[in-house]
Amino acid sequence: MSKTVARSAKYVSLVLASIIVIVPLLVVLFASFKTHTEYNTTGPLTPPRNWFNLDNFATAWTDGDMLRGFWNTSVILAVSLTGTVFVGTMAAYAISRFAFPFKRLVLGLFLVAALVPGVTTQVATYQIVKSMGLVNTSWSAIVLFMGTDIVSIYIFIQFMQSIPRSVDHAAMIDGASRFTIYRKIILPLMRPAIATVVIIKGIAVYNEFYIPFLYLRSPDLNVISTALFRFKGPYGAQWETIAACTMIVILPTVVIFLLLQRLIYNGITAGATK
Amino acid sequence: MTIAAWWRRQSPWLYLVPALTLLIVFTYVPVGNMVWYSFHKWDGLDVTMDPVGLDNYVRVFTDERYWRVFLVSLYYFVASFAQIAIALYFAVVLSFNVRFRNLFKGILFFPYLLNGVAVGFVFLYLFQPDGTLDSVLRLVGLGGHTELWLGDPDIANVSLAGTSVWRFTGLNFVLFLGAIQSIPGEIYEAADIDGANRWHRFRYIIAPGIRRIISLSFILAVSGSLAVFEIPFIMTGGANGTRTFVVQAYQTAFQFRQIGLASAMAVVLLAVVLALTWIQRKVLPDDEVNLS
Repeated sequence: MSKTVARSAKYVSLVLASIIVIVPLLVVLFASFKTHTEYNTTGPLTPPRNWFNLDNFATAWTDGDMLRGFWNTSVILAVSLTGTVFVGTMAAYAISRFAFPFKRLVLGLFLVAALVPGVTTQVATYQIVKSMGLVNTSWSAIVLFMGTDIVSIYIFIQFMQSIPRSVDHAAMIDGASRFTIYRKIILPLMRPAIATVVIIKGIAVYNEFYIPFLYLRSPDLNVISTALFRFKGPYGAQWETIAACTMIVILPTVVIFLLLQRLIYNGITAGATK
Repeated sequence: MTIAAWWRRQSPWLYLVPALTLLIVFTYVPVGNMVWYSFHKWDGLDVTMDPVGLDNYVRVFTDERYWRVFLVSLYYFVASFAQIAIALYFAVVLSFNVRFRNLFKGILFFPYLLNGVAVGFVFLYLFQPDGTLDSVLRLVGLGGHTELWLGDPDIANVSLAGTSVWRFTGLNFVLFLGAIQSIPGEIYEAADIDGANRWHRFRYIIAPGIRRIISLSFILAVSGSLAVFEIPFIMTGGANGTRTFVVQAYQTAFQFRQIGLASAMAVVLLAVVLALTWIQRKVLPDDEVNLS
């Protein structure tokens, strides 16, 4: 008897939690398909009359200049992720495969930096980025995403430790230089770690709001976060447009999550327990 | 020394140069500058800075506008306990055989992946007067309990902290679940043979196995609740008494151009976070991290 009660309590709690997660998103989806008058005359829990009314999406897409937002986000993603992979794997290669003076100090520098929350230092970082003349260029976001990431270096180091050194030695006997070993042997073997870093960092960059908001002020440089944020003031009375734009931003996340679930779970666990 | 030998001696540094340069330029130099700025009065543009000694720090701790933001952090801090408890409950439930396990896991985790601005808008919509929350309350017969969820200063912080729980529970949940699943199955079997019940199983196997990740979550909860920015900034802009530490520091620095004062705030926050991490490392020595 008590076992059945426990079992049903378990499922009730799971279903309840699922409802709490889904309903806030679902009602925004409802709103995104409603016409303006329909939105004003129906309650938020009422489904839209026409599920194929894409007018709001069209308005949001053009008024928000979302194409440019996605383009800018993609450029920043591509450059900063490529950069992170090379910068990170090279640093990890030096740390895990060379003996050199001050190695502990270097490791300590990376470790302590991981504890500094990025939002706190922006006051001063802004002055540096400004003195480099990078404010209001995509490069500000790119270098900050490349440079402020310590977690990925950890993931690379940990993975590299698991590649046996005999692999390096065999190549060295064959006359390969250190750089050839890095490029031709280590880098290809690192593919799983690279995939992990690209996914978790890619999601973080896609969702980042503070850095683009601070550094990419010009509307031409909007990324998707800031493009969406710009709807806040002028569209206060047109929730159906804001709802559509919110859905446009969420959709890629849904697709990526459905396709890459397992990799995302592994990446999150690897990144947080560094 | 031949060129080749010199090259060989330098080479680890060649691999480290890009990472170290970025690290120093965008993390260590800013931290150093920030400490320097915090003892000055500066608008960020002027060539000269006026040294003001400890004035900025005195102001952070005595002016109500500045220390009040610490109290706002308490809402998020309390909420993070709820968050950890909820995450732990569902991690334990889903670590055993449950129907549609992957579906539930995915649903619970999904909010963590969402764009912060999107989450902010979703919850602005939810909390609107006559919005989703009010409609749901009426539907279940609690229509008398509708409030100005974001407009009433007594409730606004609770609403925002609730949004934060909705957004971040999934992260704790997946971390806890991962830790529970890394406990070898034979231990449960052995315990079953010894006659352990469900409570014993949780108390003596699961709890010790995930002790480290739970303590880490508490430390992150403290520093996370001090560093809350996106949700209040996007949803209320800090109005109605919802200004958090980072929102205040942002406005001080970038709207009122008081770089010195904002730096002092950031230094205080950084000191708190570093102290907490240091305490955590003392209390729970890291036995798993071994990098060199």
